[in-house]
Amino acid sequence: MRAPSGPDVAVGDVLLSVENVSLSFGGVKAVSDVSFDIRKGEIRAIIGPNGAGKTSMLNIINGFYQPQQGRITFKGQTRSKMRPHDAAHGGIARTFQNVALFRGMTALDNIMTGRTLKMHKNLFWQLLRFGPAMTEEVEHRHRVEEIIDFLKIQEIRRTPVGRLPYGLQKRVELGRALAMEPDLLLLDEPMAGMNLEEKEDMSRFVLDVNDHYGTTVALIEHDMGVVMDLSDRVVVLDHGIKIADGTPDEVKDNQGVVDAYLGVAH
Amino acid sequence: MHLLYQIFIDPFVQMGSAPDLLVQTLWEGLVAGVLYALIALGFVLIFKASGVFNFAQGIMVVFAALTLVGLHEHGVPAYVALALTILVMFGLAVSVERLMLRPLVNQPDIILFMATFGLTYFLIGFGELVFGGNPKKMIASELYLPSGVYDIKMFGGFVSLQKIDIAAAVIVSVMVVALAVFFQNTRIGRALRAVADSHKAALSVGISLEQIWVVVWFAAGVVALVTGILWGARSEVSFSLQIIALKALPVLILGGFTSIPGAIIGGLIIGIGEKLGEFYWGPLLGSGIESWLAYVIALIFLLFRPQGLFGEKIIERI
Amino acid sequence: MFYREAGQFKTTYQADQAVFPILQDRVGLAVILFGAFVLIPLAGSDFFLSVVMIPLLILSLAAIGLNILTGYTGLLSLGTGGFMGVGAFACYKLTSIYPDVNIVVWIFVSGLFSTAVGILFGLPSLRIKGFYLTVATLAAQFFLDWLFIRVQWLTNYNTSGSIEVPTRTIFSWPVTGPNATPQFRYLVILAIVTVLTWFASNLVHGRIGRMWMAVRDMDLAAELIGIPLYRTKLLAFAVSSYYCGVAGALMVFLWYGSAEPGVFNIDQSFTILFMVIIGGLGSLTGSFLGAALIYGFPIVLRGVLQGLGWNILPATIEHLTFMSVGALIILFLIIEPLGLARLWQITKQKLRVWPFPY
Repeated sequence: MRAPSGPDVAVGDVLLSVENVSLSFGGVKAVSDVSFDIRKGEIRAIIGPNGAGKTSMLNIINGFYQPQQGRITFKGQTRSKMRPHDAAHGGIARTFQNVALFRGMTALDNIMTGRTLKMHKNLFWQLLRFGPAMTEEVEHRHRVEEIIDFLKIQEIRRTPVGRLPYGLQKRVELGRALAMEPDLLLLDEPMAGMNLEEKEDMSRFVLDVNDHYGTTVALIEHDMGVVMDLSDRVVVLDHGIKIADGTPDEVKDNQGVVDAYLGVAH
Repeated sequence: MHLLYQIFIDPFVQMGSAPDLLVQTLWEGLVAGVLYALIALGFVLIFKASGVFNFAQGIMVVFAALTLVGLHEHGVPAYVALALTILVMFGLAVSVERLMLRPLVNQPDIILFMATFGLTYFLIGFGELVFGGNPKKMIASELYLPSGVYDIKMFGGFVSLQKIDIAAAVIVSVMVVALAVFFQNTRIGRALRAVADSHKAALSVGISLEQIWVVVWFAAGVVALVTGILWGARSEVSFSLQIIALKALPVLILGGFTSIPGAIIGGLIIGIGEKLGEFYWGPLLGSGIESWLAYVIALIFLLFRPQGLFGEKIIERI
Repeated sequence: MFYREAGQFKTTYQADQAVFPILQDRVGLAVILFGAFVLIPLAGSDFFLSVVMIPLLILSLAAIGLNILTGYTGLLSLGTGGFMGVGAFACYKLTSIYPDVNIVVWIFVSGLFSTAVGILFGLPSLRIKGFYLTVATLAAQFFLDWLFIRVQWLTNYNTSGSIEVPTRTIFSWPVTGPNATPQFRYLVILAIVTVLTWFASNLVHGRIGRMWMAVRDMDLAAELIGIPLYRTKLLAFAVSSYYCGVAGALMVFLWYGSAEPGVFNIDQSFTILFMVIIGGLGSLTGSFLGAALIYGFPIVLRGVLQGLGWNILPATIEHLTFMSVGALIILFLIIEPLGLARLWQITKQKLRVWPFPY
């Protein structure tokens, strides 16, 4: 199922690292001199109180924002700025805090758009549709159906996503990200707005993706229980600065982290 | 080589050799620019307060002028006709708010933009039905607007300044100052600025969006009326004015959509640039480049500075 | 009761991906095609063909073109008239210079000239978006307007600045010019429009259509998935202009028979845009429905008013049409922004459960 993209990184080695990355918008410093790495095959949580710069961090990795300072090394290649194009081609996919689905399309079509990078039949064949273009379409439909089965969203394939409840929309969005067969999956608050049952479902999906497909996962999450259970390592940000980095147990006991969440004045 | 000379050297030589013609052209450009700026002003008013891009501003100019002239043709004295026309523009504002803005209140901007296309066509049809499609003469003298020309001796030649143009420049300046004062210092002006900033926040402090929208569309209607009078006095009142009014779009691109000074300066740049271009470079390409030159100027500008001279840089978030 | 999906099982993904998966839809399409190709030319009067069917087909084709750009990709364009004009003038010059080549060949080729111009005016879409891009297309429209009048070579230096269409034949039957019969013209147009609609349908239902819609719905997310925004937009401009160009060539050669300066002006752009809005943004069916409504409206209106015994001037009809179309646009945007196509879809949904209400 996995097509190799770029130099293969062995499990346990560093897949992506950010070094001394800083990002400002006008006068606001979103991220200040942050460095951490993500190892292949792990689930890395990025946590912190609101406004800590977590989403900005994901956006930098994804290539959506370009940092003013610092470097990003992905699969051995170091860049000062990641472009969306490089990220997508390199095998980085993500979901968004506010569910960025294509509202004019059905769930199936949304997930199929995730296959775009892997579909190559050119304009000429697309005009005819029968023949090679159709074969390609069906081949990718197979893959997408596997994802649909995995996420258990069969009934809503043909529903326009605008009409789906929030929890299902998040699942479709995850499906779209998975369709890219990413090496690194960035999840921005995948459990937000979900009840306990939905959170358990989503947690299981994340674990399965990591287990079965070996996809490295970086996720932003507020639910501490989820973070402690799912993640291998955790990075804690506060006001754009990294204040802790380690296993869930190490981080949990860190006084600085406790202070940040309880709002002790600095 | 000769072509390069024609483009880059010759026009400037021409400018220098007949400076009185240059001043005349600059003046013509200024006047046209002032009128474009007026139309752009109407756009800015509406956009600031309702986020709607009113494509129908141009036809509102024509419609207002036609109403004025039409009333006068039926024997209504000039200033009474003026008052009645203002009333009509108020009626238009109320209708637009009730029938178009309120039902579409939560739709994306592009939908509202397209709705103003519909409004444009409706007003074109309605105007032609009621007033007829023939060009009409503006009742400039009945409104006590000056006519005649000042011929100023300059640079060894003459520069003709039409008195109506001078009057136009003065009237527009007064209007702009009045509008600026209105926005800054009155309660309604403040409310308008609040609505422009955030509809939800404005609602939460008790500002009635519907009232504000009627106010701005009415204000834009009055601006349209003034534009129609001034423009009609210079040439004539006809539906072709509506297309010329589209030149306000390049003005807005230059000046930004939410800035009144931007509209004025953008208008002047476009007006002067267009006239200079037509007069000195026009013969190279053939006449009539005025029909698209303004747009190309704006386009080139856009490529380097997408938010215009005065606009705000938009940061997209996801 | 009659229009049901129950019992129609798809056993392959291929069958499921079909454009008309429901049997009744396929039957309906076959009926329409049969009617169009066989019944109408046999039974329809010359008037019906010349005044109703031919214009409808050509305008629908232009509407499909604009729909691809504005409805599917979300790039609002006011330059449709200009692009149509490029196709018409290209066809005229090509057939003037090479009169022996089959006119249908030239019609298809002239679309490519439109494509080139479309791509040119789409280049700014790299840096500018949304409303600003619309203004760029407006620039294109006014510039092309000016070009058509100014460059007299385009009309072969005709003193009135207009084109008179020369007679051209296919298999020695005249298809353009005064001797061409409405039936033959209609069939040629129908064939061309059918083929091009089929291509458009294939495009929008596949990978490229999804890319366009992704750009329309959320271009930032599309970029992060790896969709090349710029190339996708340029492709939309290219394909859209092609369709408009062919429609323009057909309009001059097989419909009007001539072209006056200014026939491809901004009014033409708005007319097609209104067809797309009312018919349904992002729907091929909608393009046909919208064209029928907008084009047919003044004809029906005149018929109704004359039927009531009122003698109405053509100018008044035009004014009333403008008013009504303007009002219809606003009405549709309020009630059903997805246009007639969506209304048709809703009707079909209701038919599926008929005679039950839901």
